[in-house]
Amino acid sequence: MSTVDIDAMEEQHHPRGITRWLYTTNHKDIGILYIAFGFLMFIVGGILAMLIRAELMEPGMKVMGPELYNQIISVHGLVMVFAALMPVSAGMVNYLIPMMIGAPDMALPRLNNFSFWLLPPAAILLVLPWLLEFFGIGNGTLDTGWTMYAPLSVQSGPGMDFAIFAVLLLFLSSTLASINILVTVLNLRAPGMTWDKIPIFVWSWVNTAVLLIVVFPALAGAAIMLLLDRHFGTHFFSAAGGGDPLLWVHMFWFFGHPEVYILLLPTAGILVHILSTFARKPVYGYKAQVYSFAAITMISVIVWAHHMYTSGLPTAANIYFMFSTMAISIPVGILFICWFGTIWKGSMTFETPMLFALGYIVLFGIGGLTGLILSDAAADQQYHGAYFVIAHFHYTLIGGPVMGVLAASYYYLPKLTGRMYDETLGKWHFWLTMIGFNVTFFPQFLLGIDGMPRRIADYAVKFAPLNMASSIGAFVLGAAQLIFLYNVYRTLVGAGKPATGRVWDGAQGLEFTLPSPPPYHTFEVPPTV
Amino acid sequence: MSISQAHGGHYYLPKPSPYPALMSTALLLLGAGGALAVNGYVLPAGWLAGAGGLLVVYVLSGWVGDVIRENRRGVYGEKEGVSFRWGMGWFIASEVIFFSSLFGVLFYERNIAVPWLASLNSHYSPWAGFKAVWPTSGPAGAAFTPEHAWGIPALNTLILLSSGVTVTWGLQQITKGHRRAATWAVGATILLGGVFLALQCREFYLAYTELHLTLGSGVYGATFFILTGFHGLHVTIGMIMLSVIFGRCLKGHFGPDNHFGFEAVSWYWHFVDVVWLMLFIFVYWL
Amino acid sequence: MRAKIRLQIVLAGTAMGAFVTNTVRAKAFYNFPTPVTPVAEDTLFIHDLFLAIITVLFIIALGVLLYSVVRHRRSRNPEPATFTGPRTRRQWMWSAVPVLVMIVIDYIVLGIPSVEAIMTLSNKGHDRLVVVATASQWKWHYAYPRYGIGFNSVLSTPRDEIYGNAPKDKHFLLEVNHPLVLPTGEKVGIVLKSTDVIHGFWVPAFGIKQDVIPGYLRKTWVKIDRPGTYRGQCSELCGVGHSFMPIVVVAKTPAAFHEWVVAEQAREAGARAAATQTWSRQRLMTRGKVVFDRNCAVCHQASGLGIPGTFPPIATGHPFSASKALLDKLSARGFYKDGRIVEGPLSNHIDIVLHGIPGTPMPAFGKQLNASDIASVITYERNAFGNRTGQVVQPSRIVAARRAKAN
Ligand code: HEA
Ligand code: HEA
Ligand code: HEC
Ligand code: CUA
Ligand SMILES: [Cu+2]
Repeated sequence: MSTVDIDAMEEQHHPRGITRWLYTTNHKDIGILYIAFGFLMFIVGGILAMLIRAELMEPGMKVMGPELYNQIISVHGLVMVFAALMPVSAGMVNYLIPMMIGAPDMALPRLNNFSFWLLPPAAILLVLPWLLEFFGIGNGTLDTGWTMYAPLSVQSGPGMDFAIFAVLLLFLSSTLASINILVTVLNLRAPGMTWDKIPIFVWSWVNTAVLLIVVFPALAGAAIMLLLDRHFGTHFFSAAGGGDPLLWVHMFWFFGHPEVYILLLPTAGILVHILSTFARKPVYGYKAQVYSFAAITMISVIVWAHHMYTSGLPTAANIYFMFSTMAISIPVGILFICWFGTIWKGSMTFETPMLFALGYIVLFGIGGLTGLILSDAAADQQYHGAYFVIAHFHYTLIGGPVMGVLAASYYYLPKLTGRMYDETLGKWHFWLTMIGFNVTFFPQFLLGIDGMPRRIADYAVKFAPLNMASSIGAFVLGAAQLIFLYNVYRTLVGAGKPATGRVWDGAQGLEFTLPSPPPYHTFEVPPTV
Repeated sequence: MSISQAHGGHYYLPKPSPYPALMSTALLLLGAGGALAVNGYVLPAGWLAGAGGLLVVYVLSGWVGDVIRENRRGVYGEKEGVSFRWGMGWFIASEVIFFSSLFGVLFYERNIAVPWLASLNSHYSPWAGFKAVWPTSGPAGAAFTPEHAWGIPALNTLILLSSGVTVTWGLQQITKGHRRAATWAVGATILLGGVFLALQCREFYLAYTELHLTLGSGVYGATFFILTGFHGLHVTIGMIMLSVIFGRCLKGHFGPDNHFGFEAVSWYWHFVDVVWLMLFIFVYWL
Repeated sequence: MRAKIRLQIVLAGTAMGAFVTNTVRAKAFYNFPTPVTPVAEDTLFIHDLFLAIITVLFIIALGVLLYSVVRHRRSRNPEPATFTGPRTRRQWMWSAVPVLVMIVIDYIVLGIPSVEAIMTLSNKGHDRLVVVATASQWKWHYAYPRYGIGFNSVLSTPRDEIYGNAPKDKHFLLEVNHPLVLPTGEKVGIVLKSTDVIHGFWVPAFGIKQDVIPGYLRKTWVKIDRPGTYRGQCSELCGVGHSFMPIVVVAKTPAAFHEWVVAEQAREAGARAAATQTWSRQRLMTRGKVVFDRNCAVCHQASGLGIPGTFPPIATGHPFSASKALLDKLSARGFYKDGRIVEGPLSNHIDIVLHGIPGTPMPAFGKQLNASDIASVITYERNAFGNRTGQVVQPSRIVAARRAKAN
């Protein structure tokens, strides 16, 4: 074949219509797919959350029965974690990393597309059982909580099998995506883009990808064992054959604890870029942050049993896991210092992305500090399985990653679309989110302290006032997100001022040397740094 | 000089491809089919899984075919080669971790769960006469004979190790440009792999029929079958990859400095080898 | 513009101020219940200490942040600094001190009391009394081996209150038919086991929470200071009835406790004697309804209609859609024909209630209910919900069935 033919083929790089998205091998297209899918799933997970809060608004069963309630919390947890947050941050990495390190694209573009297209099937498998129930097959989707503890998950209906296959697809997707990211960063950096120059965001994702590769196989293995226990007579999780239900719990948390840092790290990475842009000051403590990421990555795989303090582990194990868990507060604390250092003596302005970034610091601070309390093996006797934990992890998950994702959305939206979003609406969105969020989740700390167990569809009367407050807050929080949707919509359809290439006058980084929106192919010829 | 270098150092970006999306459709069908099948909805499950399976075969042949054609066209330069090598390396790393977690399961059941259960007051133990020994007896005390290391397994170890030798030797021949010898080496590897698989099947058959060792034989049976079973699955995958390589050898696709496919498969095969060694030591022997 | 920004700062400041004062005030109202055991005292102490520390840390950090936001804004500091890391000794100090403070807090200020509390929790000392608490979906069974007594403890809140057809009681969802009774002032060991899935034994006033792992044993202990009623709930998701699995403990002085034991022994002896009598159909049906509503209705529903897919109906003639595997098992036992549930042979019925159905949620009631209760509930099931077998099962038949199985 001659060179000319190849050129002709490369022209077809950009088909239009639906096949552009289905067949694409372009990192920006794939990034956008990931992000769009993730946000769609945010809405799904959010609607489920609204249903949870509607049921919990008052004592007594009102909106649904306990069977459906258990299914809804399970799917809410799984969808938010796996189908909303992870895809959005995978989308950001896809869109940004090649631009940030001066690569032509991701290293393995076809595989990249595959990693994305594995997600919709996984999401479909999670909710398909609800549909099948209409046709008299099974009794709805999984109802075990997102942790799927055996033997409840061994006992539960066919929905569980769908969830198991969904987990396996997610495993495949994350593993392939992580491989791709690592290979891209290892092999496709532009000349001069040395390891001590790559942006913090890229570093955060390198750690995330390593974590995914290291921990996800444990969950996949456990899921397969669960399938065998359910249908093929094995006894991995059943004492009747010499097995142990706690084995599932160990394997789940060996994966599950690092998973929370998988969610956190990418947004901690993007956060410093935003802080630095709006403080018009270089990132503070680059090396310290890189080492902190590495420390978090390493420590996070040896602390999992802090989710199991009440499961009856030996005392020595509890003490070990308590102290190793506390150790994480040190690298995370260093990140905080670096964030403060980045804005200190800067020249700050407070556009919406910056507001969300500052909100991130405050809310995640609360989440992290309460995490420190939870790590205490003795006091956790009171918090475990109670609303205190729910409040802790919504402060860490929403206060951290979700605020980070929203900040990044406002930050990069002009870059993606070439148009500025509406600043006033953005500010409304921020303040309503802040208020709604705190009104929703702060009362849950108190509920937990007062003794309200989590995962209950109905509760004692003494918990009623705070639950009412929490539900009202949740509805405000939900409504606030509609403002965001509208703001994004009007930017997409081209309302708003055109954005410059640099977008923000303090913005640094290769991606801001490109026009907005960036061309379809980024660096045809690698830039030199 | 490859064409991509003629292209001014461009990194080769494949054109849009339908295969990834088709592949995930196939996996959706397989997943839904599987979930229905285990719940007794055999007929719809059969249709779904059948369609999914066919689609997988179609996609795999198309996708791998594309990669081979691109390679033949010479669009892959050195940089692409490095990407593939890193990619394969990380993929194998994730596989290693998958198996490590299964070995972790073995360790947990054997050294933590069973002794813990045995330490309970006999009134509470899973079945009368439960003891902290490995292998445990089956659930409810049902008897079975545990596997012996020095029969088929030892033979299989030998076979698999020698297949590791043949594939390495083949790779050396390719780098030296001896295509015929390399083809023979791959052929021999496939043959050895086939014998291994056949013996493994025989072993499972014997376990079920004569030893009464089944998936349901308590944690011993469960860990035994999951470890050896997943290893067998990986051998099968390795065999499929080797067959592709064999075909490509016959067609003369590989040369002294163009044999990444070969190399990757040989890495994979070594990984399968090492896992077996671990299995032999921890599952059969100790 | 400036005014707007200032307004925002004021707003943020007020919000945060309100937040912090409310935290402090709320702590006075919402805190762990008054501790009545040594463990609860320890955990409350740690909790208070911890909360104080993190509140201080939070306020300091927030102060730094707000200071920076106010002072280092463009309008007040147009020229940004350019440092990228600590350079001077002072800057190093500012970075290192917080880290050191964190370490000291983690490992000394909190570490030491925490380890002490963990040691208290794992006290292996001699127990004056051992109680075996067995969790099942969705009830607790408490046995006192030393006194040869044992009973089920299930939620006693009526369905009408749950579904909003009746006003809610003060102890809505935190009340049971038969609470666990424990003596005060003595170390009591609680052995925990489960017959099906993981449950959690949690009584906040005792400061203990212990997961119950099926097939294994777990142990915890209490030494209650004061008589009183202490309420808690199951703390691990255990299925549909997880919200409806309260734990109520009544602590009595040792003297009152022993009175209670004697009364309980007499009650159980009476029940055993009743098993040898012949019961009237009416008596069986009345008792059967009570037993059914307490023990079976969580799954098979008070209406007897079950839950599609998982819990088969008990009422004859009702369609039941479920996975084929489940339907096959049901029809093999004679409880399912042509798409509908049927009554099935009596001997199978007895066998199922006594021994449960292994591998399914259907629990074995043989050890949890006495013979009269089992006889009553089977009679009830076969003659209620429109079922008309007319069969009456006497307690003696259950005693015989139990003995037959034992041999
Ligand atoms: C992004 C997610 C995320 C993050 C980052 C964290 C972070 C931490 N978590 Fe959390 N956690 C979850 C998500 C997360 N967690 C989830 C989802 C669960 C429940 C899962 C389930 O059961 O379903 C959970 C549950 C959980 C438990 C189990 C509770 C139980 O069930 O019994 C524990 C126990 O140790 C714990 C501890 C910690 C600790 C020590 C950290 C540390 O990393 C925190 C370190 C941070 C700090 C120490 C803050 C430092 C800050 C400052 C010094 C100043 C800040 C102040 C201002 C700026 C104003 N977490
Ligand atoms: C990232 C993870 C994440 C996120 C974001 C959320 C968000 C929310 N969660 Fe959830 N939650 C979990 C993870 C998360 N949760 C997990 C893991 C569990 C544990 C499950 C278990 O026990 O197994 C849980 C459990 C849980 C419970 C406890 C249930 C129980 O134990 O009984 C409750 C109760 O209040 C709750 C509420 C909420 C609310 C009100 C929100 C709100 O913040 C939601 C607000 C958001 C919306 C309403 C979305 C609306 C969005 C739009 C309209 C547009 C957005 C579009 C774009 C951004 C483009 N969640
Ligand atoms: C934890 C839930 C649960 C409780 C409590 C429970 N059952 Fe069941 N029961 C089941 C399930 C599930 C099945 C179906 C088992 C199977 O075959 O898979 C079942 C089956 C049965 C059957 C077989 C007949 C049929 O229609 O399938 C009878 C009879 C029965 N239960 C009676 C009782 C009685 C009597 C009680 C109370 C004393 C009771 N059950 C309490 C879950 C429960
Ligand atoms: Cu028992 Cu929850
Ligand atoms: Cu954790």
